[in-house]
Amino acid sequence: MIEAVLSMGGMALLAGLGLGYAAIKFHVEGNPVVESLEAALPATNCGNCGFPGCHAYAEALASGEKVAISLCSPGGSEAMQSIAAILGVDPVAMETDQGPRVAMIHEEKCIGCTACIKACPVDAIVGANKQSHTVIADMCTDCEACVEPCPVDCIEMVPVPDSIYNWKWDKPAGPQVTIH
Amino acid sequence: MGILATALKKFHGGVHPKEYKELSRHCAIEELPMPKRLYVPMHQHIGAPSDPCVEPGTQVFKGQLIGEPNGFVSAPVHAPTSGTIQGIEEHVSGHPSGLTMPCAVLIPDGNDQWHPELKGLEDPYNADPQAIRDKVRESGVVGLGGATFPSFIKLSPPQGKVAELLIINGVECEPYLTCDARLMEEHSQEIIDGIRIMLQALQTKQCVIAIEDNKPGAIQAMRRAAQETKNVQVVSLPVMYPQGAEKQLIEVLIHRQVPSGCLPIDVGVIVHNVATALAVREAVLFGHPLVHRVVTVTGLGIARPANLNVPVGTPAQDLIDHCGGLKNGVKKVVMGGPMMGVALGDLQAPVVKGTSGLLAMLARETVQEPEQPCIRCGNCLQACPVQLTPCEMAWRAKHDLIDQLDAVHLMDCIECGSCAYVCPSHIPLVHYFRYGKLAMAAKKHDKDKAELTRQRNQAKQARAEAEKAEKERKKEEMRLASEARKKAAAASQAGESAPAKPVPTSKPAAEESAP
Repeated sequence: MIEAVLSMGGMALLAGLGLGYAAIKFHVEGNPVVESLEAALPATNCGNCGFPGCHAYAEALASGEKVAISLCSPGGSEAMQSIAAILGVDPVAMETDQGPRVAMIHEEKCIGCTACIKACPVDAIVGANKQSHTVIADMCTDCEACVEPCPVDCIEMVPVPDSIYNWKWDKPAGPQVTIH
Repeated sequence: MGILATALKKFHGGVHPKEYKELSRHCAIEELPMPKRLYVPMHQHIGAPSDPCVEPGTQVFKGQLIGEPNGFVSAPVHAPTSGTIQGIEEHVSGHPSGLTMPCAVLIPDGNDQWHPELKGLEDPYNADPQAIRDKVRESGVVGLGGATFPSFIKLSPPQGKVAELLIINGVECEPYLTCDARLMEEHSQEIIDGIRIMLQALQTKQCVIAIEDNKPGAIQAMRRAAQETKNVQVVSLPVMYPQGAEKQLIEVLIHRQVPSGCLPIDVGVIVHNVATALAVREAVLFGHPLVHRVVTVTGLGIARPANLNVPVGTPAQDLIDHCGGLKNGVKKVVMGGPMMGVALGDLQAPVVKGTSGLLAMLARETVQEPEQPCIRCGNCLQACPVQLTPCEMAWRAKHDLIDQLDAVHLMDCIECGSCAYVCPSHIPLVHYFRYGKLAMAAKKHDKDKAELTRQRNQAKQARAEAEKAEKERKKEEMRLASEARKKAAAASQAGESAPAKPVPTSKPAAEESAP
């Protein structure tokens, strides 16, 4: 009985030590800045920024090259502000920030070519060949990847309408202090 | 005696706002004449909004289903009277944003005729608990104390948990409101019936009705009605706001605190409002869905305060008109109580299941002082019934330190307003908390969506790669097949010159040509 416990315990200890050693020895150091930048980006890999995906844009930002922090259009000004905070630079104005938008297919014009379905990086468009397509609004990330491929220009980016479900309280103005 | 303590315990903090209950406490409940038009919102409860299930032009009976529940935590919506559905329209709501929500517009026909197929349970006091819950669920009964949580869920103790005590909340600690007090005075026997049904659904033996001692009429009436039911007891509590809050009331009565993130059932109790008990009775005895409620219309700015029994969906303006209209100098009209209610931007906002009051407030009833800097007096810490740190929470919300709000337990705040009430600097603390709570929720939503986006994008890429690999594999297969065909053809040509021997497959042919 005691031998079994000792031998199994010993083997477990050896295996644990081996694993622990391997974890330290073969550890791959990721750049923590790149990781946090990537977390701030929307992960659509849409390529709107001109880089081949969110990871590449995060690496370019972290590398210290002169890369604008306002290139992520799906992330909007929120992503820009997160990037500015991580890199310790001043926020800049977004070139075009129209607030959150969502793709809308004008279904009467859609010819059912599936070009947009193939283009969508997050599978947020459903439809079949020669059938009208539609956008799953909750999944759409505002990346515009579907707009360009449409041969009949039936996709429009529309602002997300205000509703009681996405409404936010204004912050109180704070004390109005006058110094005498 | 069970888990009910013999002495009352005081919860931490609390305040004594001026009551103003004398304005309406003597006003017996009266029926509001049927309005010309009802706007019945599709989302009157905590949980998912209901899906409208009627077409424009449909003739409906009172109590007919017009909105189907959408998920487990949801509630159906019923027609508050008989008439014609004009359509499903966007209409202003009693939401703090003042934005619209989908409402069924109902033109009453004046007959107020119940749906003929509505039936209650036979022998409701000994019925199967599940049958009671189903009845309560399909009748759209939600908590009428203000939180509007679907009641059937609070009648279904989860597996392995027992409700040792049912607490019926008749505290009505918000100033001004007297609708629950009037219900207890005028419908005490019916409330006891509802309680007996609830006890049967919960399989609980003991019930206590908690009433603050500023409602002697209600206490007397409930004591008289409860005499014959030996397991129902009425307890009179000293006045203290917010004693009607679920967790605070539990602490007062059984000396147990409900931990953060837990429910009352985790300490062995269930709390229901008195008006909910009445709605449960209507649902189980007669099959009548929850389509009307009692609303206190009061405030110094109303000509004639009243307690009105109102169909759900009645615009606030109709109630005010019935009570003689607004006086000059009304600063704001509040839906709900003065401490936790919402100021209305548009008086067309309809009464919903959770509307307990409509207050027309003059300037002297409200505080409109400008916010001043925090002087670190600590009054808010003394007043908070949840023992939070309101000044710290507001400071973090003000400076958008959203990630730190969890550390100061913002989500445990019940938004009772005690802190803002005592703040000498008039800091709108609850406003900061609401801002912070929504900011936290928005941040979580964004994070969840980013994670989902990442997963979907990875899934799409993996699929694209799998498709590519599949194409490659097919290409390779076709290449191999065509090569094999070529070889076979070559072999058969060679075979024709050699002595006649049938070569059915390419394999022996290859063997022959190999040497």
